[in-house]
Amino acid sequence: MLEAREFPPIFLCPVCKAPQLITSKYASTFLFIYQPPKSCQEVLLGITGKDFTLIAASKAAMRGATILKASDDKTRQLNKHTLMAFSGEAGDTVQFAEYIQANAQLYSMRNEADLSPSAMANFVRRELASSLRSRKPYMVNLLLGGVDPITDKPSLHWLDYLAALAPVPYAAHGYAQYYCLSILDKHHQPDIDLERGLELLRLCTDELKRRLPIDFKGVLVKVVTKDGIREIDYDDSKQVQSA
Amino acid sequence: MKLQDTRITPSKIGLIDTHVCLAFAGLNADARILIDKARLEAQSHRLTVEDPVTIEYITKYVAGVQQRYTQSGGVRPFGISTLIVGFDKGDKVPRLYQTEPSGIYSAWKANAIGRSSKTVREFLERNHKDGMDREETIKLTVKSLLEVVQTGAKNIEIAIMAPGKAMEMLPVDEIESYVKNIEVEKQEEAAKKKTRTPGTGTTTILTRGPGEGSES
Repeated sequence: MLEAREFPPIFLCPVCKAPQLITSKYASTFLFIYQPPKSCQEVLLGITGKDFTLIAASKAAMRGATILKASDDKTRQLNKHTLMAFSGEAGDTVQFAEYIQANAQLYSMRNEADLSPSAMANFVRRELASSLRSRKPYMVNLLLGGVDPITDKPSLHWLDYLAALAPVPYAAHGYAQYYCLSILDKHHQPDIDLERGLELLRLCTDELKRRLPIDFKGVLVKVVTKDGIREIDYDDSKQVQSA
Repeated sequence: MKLQDTRITPSKIGLIDTHVCLAFAGLNADARILIDKARLEAQSHRLTVEDPVTIEYITKYVAGVQQRYTQSGGVRPFGISTLIVGFDKGDKVPRLYQTEPSGIYSAWKANAIGRSSKTVREFLERNHKDGMDREETIKLTVKSLLEVVQTGAKNIEIAIMAPGKAMEMLPVDEIESYVKNIEVEKQEEAAKKKTRTPGTGTTTILTRGPGEGSES
């Protein structure tokens, strides 16, 4: 029996540990409808290689059970060689990303030098951490991909809405983690070229199509190299047969 | 001047945004503050309306700040005049604005501010033509600066803006070659005047063209 103060019970998302709104169908019984959080259904993928960082983000803009748009761009360019992909609470994501983008550009204008990807990641982490401890925190998960303009070293930073920051060779957010990280654990090598990187990405997106019971409408792929950021024409039309 | 490191000494030309450039004359320290405010406004404008600032807008903003510092208590005015240059988004019309410490701003085709600005402005008024190309414009710029700057190329900085392109600072050796060419040109002109041998010219002022009088 639940005591009054424990009602309604607080459920945590099994993926991201975010508190979830669970609606009780009948107030007297314990029948709950569990809604998977939207941020977990969104796909964010990042892969680094020898001289590049790949970022892929799902193209579906969702609201509840509805797909509003199938060509959504969940990335923002922070400076010439840093790209940020985001997922999470609608509204929070773009608001936070554009706030970071404006500050990154202001830094570039003021100092006539761009912030390096790792410096940028730490800046974003701090902004997110102070937001987390405010009255209304941003619920945003991020991937920061970049190439250091001085050393030409590629980098990838994983950052979740609790402002946990980790520099990683490859990363994913949401349910995509379960399928993609194991594939990348097996096949990823730090010295791969862009062609091999795209092959790995193909393995990941095929697996997502095969096993994820969500249509995320394909992925938008961007690559960061020392020459800047460009979008890659990524064919998503192929049907993948489920096992 | 020999001891100053020109490479890292702050320049009198600064970028407000990728498409707006500001040059100032007056107190360097005041300019740093004003430029910083303008840069903040430029990014803030991008964040709120998703468009880069127009040159007129940022000029109005800069002039507005300057005006405010003439009217509020406990502050002194910005001791600088500025020239704000650039191209609006998707536009090929070059814009040039001037702001003054009082907060006045005005639009120009060519202008000069700072010490001996009057001399240079008068020079520009005599020599500016509409529709000059890049080379002509740079040459006119260097020429007008040489009217008042004695030390030559080392004391000249030139920034060039073009529609949809990043600001370009002209390298010192290129400025030097412009300065040299102009000095050679000037010497040639002076030599021409000198080499005119006495007796060949006429002292009378011709009021009629030759052959005009033989009619009738």
